[in-house]
Amino acid sequence: MEQGKIIRVAGPLVVASGCLGAKMYDMVKIGALGLIGEIIELREDRAFIQVYEDTTGIGPDEPIYLTGQPLSVELGPGLVSSIYDGIQRPLDIIRDKEGDFVTRGIEVPALDRKKKWEFLPKVEKGQSVQTGDILGEIEETPLIKHKIMVPIGSEGKIVEIKKGKFSVEEIVAKIQTEERILDIKMFQTWSIRKNREVRERLMPVDPLSTGQRVLDTLFPLTKGGTACVPGPFGSGKTVVQHQLAKWSDAQIIVFVACGERGNEVADLLLSFPELIDPHTGRPLLERTIIIANTSNMPVAAREASIYTGMTIAEYFRDMGYSVALMADSSSRWAEALREISGRMEEMPGEEGYPAYLASRIAEFYERAGNVICLGSEGRKGALSVIGAVSPPGGDLSDPVVQSTLKVVKVFWALDDRLANMRHFPAINWLLSYSLYVENIKSFWKDQVAEDFADLRQTTMQLLEEESELQEIARLVGVESLAMRERLVLESARSIREDFLHQNAFHPQDTYTSLRKQYLMLRTIIHFHNSASQALEDGVSLEEIQVLGVREQISKMKFLPEDDAELLEIYIQIDKTFKNILKPKE
Amino acid sequence: MYKEYLTVSNIVGPLVIVEKIRDVKYGELVEIETGDGLLRRGTVLDISTERAVVQVFEGTVGLDVDKSRVRFLGRSQHLGVSEEIIGRVFDGSGKPKDRGPQIIADKMLDITGEPINPQARDYPSEFIQTGISSIDGMNPLVRGQKLPLFSGSGLPHPRIAAQIARQAAVLGKEERFAVVFAAMGITFEEANFFIEDFRNTGALERAVLFLNLANEPPIERIATPRLALTCAEYLAFELDMHVLVVLVDMTFYAEALREISAARKEIPGRRGYPGYLYTDLASMYERAGRIKGKIGSITMIPILTMPEDDKTHPIADLTGYITEGQIMLSRELHRKGIYPPIDVLPSLSRLKDKGIGEEKTRLDHADVLNQLFACYARGKEARELALILGEAALTDIDRVYLQFADRYEDEFVRQGEFESRSILETLDLGWKLLRTIPRAELKRIRPEYLEKYYPEGK
Repeated sequence: MEQGKIIRVAGPLVVASGCLGAKMYDMVKIGALGLIGEIIELREDRAFIQVYEDTTGIGPDEPIYLTGQPLSVELGPGLVSSIYDGIQRPLDIIRDKEGDFVTRGIEVPALDRKKKWEFLPKVEKGQSVQTGDILGEIEETPLIKHKIMVPIGSEGKIVEIKKGKFSVEEIVAKIQTEERILDIKMFQTWSIRKNREVRERLMPVDPLSTGQRVLDTLFPLTKGGTACVPGPFGSGKTVVQHQLAKWSDAQIIVFVACGERGNEVADLLLSFPELIDPHTGRPLLERTIIIANTSNMPVAAREASIYTGMTIAEYFRDMGYSVALMADSSSRWAEALREISGRMEEMPGEEGYPAYLASRIAEFYERAGNVICLGSEGRKGALSVIGAVSPPGGDLSDPVVQSTLKVVKVFWALDDRLANMRHFPAINWLLSYSLYVENIKSFWKDQVAEDFADLRQTTMQLLEEESELQEIARLVGVESLAMRERLVLESARSIREDFLHQNAFHPQDTYTSLRKQYLMLRTIIHFHNSASQALEDGVSLEEIQVLGVREQISKMKFLPEDDAELLEIYIQIDKTFKNILKPKE
Repeated sequence: MYKEYLTVSNIVGPLVIVEKIRDVKYGELVEIETGDGLLRRGTVLDISTERAVVQVFEGTVGLDVDKSRVRFLGRSQHLGVSEEIIGRVFDGSGKPKDRGPQIIADKMLDITGEPINPQARDYPSEFIQTGISSIDGMNPLVRGQKLPLFSGSGLPHPRIAAQIARQAAVLGKEERFAVVFAAMGITFEEANFFIEDFRNTGALERAVLFLNLANEPPIERIATPRLALTCAEYLAFELDMHVLVVLVDMTFYAEALREISAARKEIPGRRGYPGYLYTDLASMYERAGRIKGKIGSITMIPILTMPEDDKTHPIADLTGYITEGQIMLSRELHRKGIYPPIDVLPSLSRLKDKGIGEEKTRLDHADVLNQLFACYARGKEARELALILGEAALTDIDRVYLQFADRYEDEFVRQGEFESRSILETLDLGWKLLRTIPRAELKRIRPEYLEKYYPEGK
């Protein structure tokens, strides 16, 4: 290995001389401990290296070793259910080896080298294959069939294909390409800074069902879409992200805990093996990969962690899965970028962030998408990205928020005023938006109900009207509003409390299927329409307010996922209104 | 035995620049001897082949360029620990301050600490009863949590912190318990208040104190909380004790950090604080927690005074992003004469959900808590409305909520400084107040609990 010599150490930044021939973003090992770093700038023979581990005890004149390889991740069976640090070192193995604290200079392969996997070939000898074609499958977990694909950039004829149990380093197939015979192992490495190519990109049209009523109904995200969840601390960003990781109907979840709390990661790790996926009935961990770089772990590895997660997510997308990546929080990643940039004495842009912040964010989110994967069969895959942003003081003019909003299509604005009222999820219905509503209208029509989009529209209107009326009520008092307007306030309150408010910790309330969401909303709007009619027919608002059926409406969210009881309430509303209208006739 | 350098070239604020050095490492501990024989200590912040930038803990007063001798000690800053450390008082750099002997160290521990492997963390789930209703009932603290007190100047945060330290207990358990207290830049009087309180309640015997007072060198403050946490880790994870760490005042700590950053001419982030303030604070706060298979735990209560009560100030803001919630003090309640003036609405305990409920507190706790929040929020809204329009303009139901809010503050939040309410008392008090509200309004409570605690027709 080529060697250089350290000439400066300043926190996570190391400068070394004698590095002629090194390439940008190559991985290097530093000092006797072999700390891992990455070259982020080259000036003549000097390399500026961001180091992914604490640099205490490192000094000038110590050697650095140039590996000549970019910082890469290992892709192969064994990824699912793993928990890695920011540069894909398995934290469980580190714990077994080093104890309860993360020490420095540990080198552990990301994938278990010893474990044997049952490899089932899907091609035959003599068959021609192209980039991305599936050579064979491995049952990685009962949920995930791991597909071994022809590496990107290769094609040819199969000269050998094996069947049976192999470890990741053993050769399972040989392909005769134009130049040579290519050995195929079950794992490959891929630079984290490079996109994995796709054959074609499509418009996202299917909703990513999350079981969260305010998201699915009002501000839906698509499979292959991008969303951003900004909010001040305490507004519930992390709970929203966890809920998505738990309940969304993606087949693979990559959760990147980037610079966040250790205890939250512990919560994920302890709860995921126990939680059952409502779509498949299997433990959630069997479809989840966690990248955890908590806030006290080295800052540079935090910068790398979201790319590590993204590359793994792309790899599963290439197999034809629908993948969702959650990054919590992208602000911490941006801060890591800022810290390194500051140490390199770069000219700062807004708020001290480097000038390239916006382009880095855009590049990142653009790796999401609904695609046709490489390979001759034209598999479809999707990668949705949901980024939490933690703007200082909840101020949405923060450069990270603004740069993110420029690229994402769904905006879930968390509001600490709602959080203070313990309205969770604290997603502000007036500020949030989804640009996918038009895309998925036809899905709703076919799969949910003909009138779902209209109900949603009515709901939005009621909420909008409520905020206007509240303004007026604040100035002149509720008493001076017309009866119809006061009914709007009542109905909007019912929408807020009985529909939008959702308790993540209640066993039944935590997840609601689209079908139930539709039935709930339909019932609430039906009550509103019936009550409006009753007002016109001379019933007083007070009479409507005390109707017993309203209590039933407020209990809908706790009912099981079953049509019968919900439909019963709908009929009950009709009966109730018939009753109060009768005596007047 | 160490090479001495006489090559100091610049002294800028708390920083000393030493030229022509060899074999110096990043983060190394440094001793500087002044011309008249005084000893200062510092640490290497930036090192290149030609020069080292040294941050001096005790400040640079009295240092000169030509006579100062610099020695690099070949190791980073360590704290010597042994069981003897319990009951002792140290200064902000870890030297005994109580006229007692030096600690004979069992172990030398690096004060920077290492991050706990997330895989090794155990999720905090043991409810700590502080005896304060507005904390236990509304924002319960659990073992291994870091829950800061967000205060302002003139608010009684020392009294609340002392009350928590005094009363905190896990239900139905007798265990080894210790308090580690780190003071950064607070006044003698404030520090003395804690010491006296610990002494009077006998807590001093199981406490370790690290004191850096307002008149002591600000740069020393960078090390003070790290010393305290290193000590806490030793007590918790090697001596199996449950440790409560109180850090006051994080605002002064962050200001010291800003001072160094400014002297290094770094590009400032918000309000002049360095861009790495988040990372730096996290490296301390994240040392709280529990570890699987270990008995002990570290629970942390950092206290910070928010300049102008502004919670978007970088120190409060970044702290809130790292810690698991916050207890917010309110000037308004304080003015009304309510002690403890805890404003429950913006307060939050993120770990409460696993710490409450059956076998921990009581089955109905979560629902009662949510309902109290919702009712109090609505009551406060009604109060605002009444301010603008007059109470007469309120609807009947709003008036009920308004009354609820008043009684809530007066009966639930208010309590004596030496009054310790059990969690059951707190919950019953909550129900007593909830029963002043029509039953149909209580939507956050499951019907079975309503049936039990608020039967129809009552």
